Amino acid sequence: MSVKTFTPAAFHHQSAQALSNPQLRHNFRGAMDGLMAKRLGSFDSWDIEALRDLGQGIRQKALRHLPDLLEQLEASCQRNGITVHWAESADDAGRVITELCKARGAQSVIKGKSMVSEEVELNARLAEAGIEALESDLGEYIVQMADETPSHIIMPAIHKNTADISTLMHQRTGTRETNDAEELTHAARAQLRDRFQTADVGISGVNFAVAETGTLCLVENEGNGRLTTTVPPVHIAITGIEKVVAEFKDVPPLYALLTRSAIGQNVTTYFNMISGPWRGQEVDGPEEVHLVLVDNGRSRMYQDEEYAETLQCIRCGACMNHCPVYTRVGGHTYGTTYPGPIGKILMPHLLGLNTTKNLPTASSLCGACGEVCPVRIPIPKLLVRLRNEAVGEGKGNIEGAGSARRPMEAMGWKLFSWLARHPRCWRIGVRVVQACRSAVPKRVAPWTDNRVRPTPAATSLKQQLAQRRRS
Amino acid sequence: MSTVKLYPPKPEKVYFFGTCLIDVFYPGAGLDAVSLLERENIEVLFPDGQTCCGQPAFTSGYRAQAIDVARHQLRLFDEPWPIIVPSGSCGGMMRRHYPELFDGQPEEQAAKSVAERIFELTEFLVHVCHVRLKDHGPDERVAMHTSCSARREMGLADTGPALLRQLSNVTLVEQARASECCGFGGTFSVKHGKVSQAMVEDKCAAIEAAQAEHLVTSDCGCLMNIDGHFKYRKAKVHGEHIASYLWRRSS
Ligand code: SF4
Repeated sequence: MSVKTFTPAAFHHQSAQALSNPQLRHNFRGAMDGLMAKRLGSFDSWDIEALRDLGQGIRQKALRHLPDLLEQLEASCQRNGITVHWAESADDAGRVITELCKARGAQSVIKGKSMVSEEVELNARLAEAGIEALESDLGEYIVQMADETPSHIIMPAIHKNTADISTLMHQRTGTRETNDAEELTHAARAQLRDRFQTADVGISGVNFAVAETGTLCLVENEGNGRLTTTVPPVHIAITGIEKVVAEFKDVPPLYALLTRSAIGQNVTTYFNMISGPWRGQEVDGPEEVHLVLVDNGRSRMYQDEEYAETLQCIRCGACMNHCPVYTRVGGHTYGTTYPGPIGKILMPHLLGLNTTKNLPTASSLCGACGEVCPVRIPIPKLLVRLRNEAVGEGKGNIEGAGSARRPMEAMGWKLFSWLARHPRCWRIGVRVVQACRSAVPKRVAPWTDNRVRPTPAATSLKQQLAQRRRS
Repeated sequence: MSTVKLYPPKPEKVYFFGTCLIDVFYPGAGLDAVSLLERENIEVLFPDGQTCCGQPAFTSGYRAQAIDVARHQLRLFDEPWPIIVPSGSCGGMMRRHYPELFDGQPEEQAAKSVAERIFELTEFLVHVCHVRLKDHGPDERVAMHTSCSARREMGLADTGPALLRQLSNVTLVEQARASECCGFGGTFSVKHGKVSQAMVEDKCAAIEAAQAEHLVTSDCGCLMNIDGHFKYRKAKVHGEHIASYLWRRSS
């Protein structure tokens, strides 16, 4: 079954499959262990907690003034010659970009890495209009070649090892089979190089959009981002409305946090600041630059003070690298564009809880994600809130609220709550459980699949304490 | 922002909140915790009406039901004594979530007062009692699993290990990925049984790889999970609540 058909509703089935795939588990475990160690090392000489406070403050400030900043961003961009488009939905985003391409008679598009473009399924929409989009980020290039989706927001092909990639490239492009990652990289680069020259349009994402100056910042390591945004005659940047920051001085701390949290790098090889189309005297640059700002459910999240915190995200991926669930089941298992902890708190807003209700429960609430998040998103708290909505006990404005409610379960919690407020009855309950201790069935699935059943003690702590105090 | 907790001097009396898991499954651990406190010349008050902190309902999304349970517990601790909880997850619930649950409610002050007086057992022994343990037990290699709530909600990664290090015949082993969750997570272990099972298998394998003979933890949920898997596999490692382990070796 292709990972493209995976759905969040089938998380249980998909996770069971992933867990029984030793290769997948080995690939993720190894990669995530490496990333965690590198992250820690890169923060070595920094006061990481102070930096996280700063990052959180910058993102919160931007979100507090989001409507104003977006207007300011639009004005600043226009001043720079960047045309701004607003897309309320994924459909809108697809339509705007397709039309921009058609207006230039574009046949082929070269793409830099953009998770928002994945979110709105841009490639498929362009294909419908007869426009071919080629991914130029190496990971994305591989994923596209395999007809898959990214399994990680920073490293899209992290689920594949060198041998997998070698076989794939051999089959699809005829490159020599090799275990040398360097050689494969060179081969891919050579294949891509021409395509930058011939592409009619370049499409990229944005890491930070600066309202003050109308600058679009793009963080990358491969140089494909720079080529995508400078070689083709048209550059279209696509991003979510939350990516705006107020001032230029907000960028360095976020950049420092992003590269370290993501892959333990002090700086990336490329940091692009795009401030408009070619102005005549410059060596290169596109004739047109467009910015497509995508809402797709974000402004609804923004209405809710707690859910709005999700929008602080700078998409570093650290939460997934540190998640004990993600590291075992990998990214495809989630069946959503954004996997891991950020996916669990974001996707219910984008898709509704009807289909995503199994995601917020797929967490032991261990808190590893919240501990590393560079902008201090309280991920566990938001997971609990979403569970609250999913079982129909919340009061938020989220689609599919109550879809996970099971009448028996709700009754059970009500009974539990009543007992816990009536200590006499609670004590009778404890006694009954302890009196029937030998009646606990030997097998209580799924617990006893690999653990012994928990056996109640003969008498409770309260009884034992009373007894000890009497004697 | 992280805050620094200031610790009070050793009190004359403390409240003991035994937790429902200890009450039903591990009463011995509760008794041993009380013994450890009493040995420090502290009178231990055990409020009769205590039941459960409400965390299971809270994390399952039943917030209103959890609030009702929590409200009941708030009434148990009228006098200003510290409240000792032999579990990081119940302690985390009471210290971190009670104030948030009653934010803007009539019980806000009461919730804050309880939260400020909550101490996890090992935290209290180390930072308030400044205990000095004498080890009477044999040489042993021990692994400690600090629960995620103790580690991350309460910021107590070091207090359990600090106590174990006082035991002169105990070697505290280093396990791979010590800070990783054991896979319990309450209803998570049922709702996502397969993932939870994979996690506990890895945790146990890491403890065995460190050649531990014994596993101690300060949370009965983790204990039930980790020791439950060891017992299922009939492994040699024996699991125990840290209170029992400390009491057994130092009394
Ligand atoms: S939620 Fe935090 S840790 Fe996860 S991707 Fe976003 S910024 Fe990074």
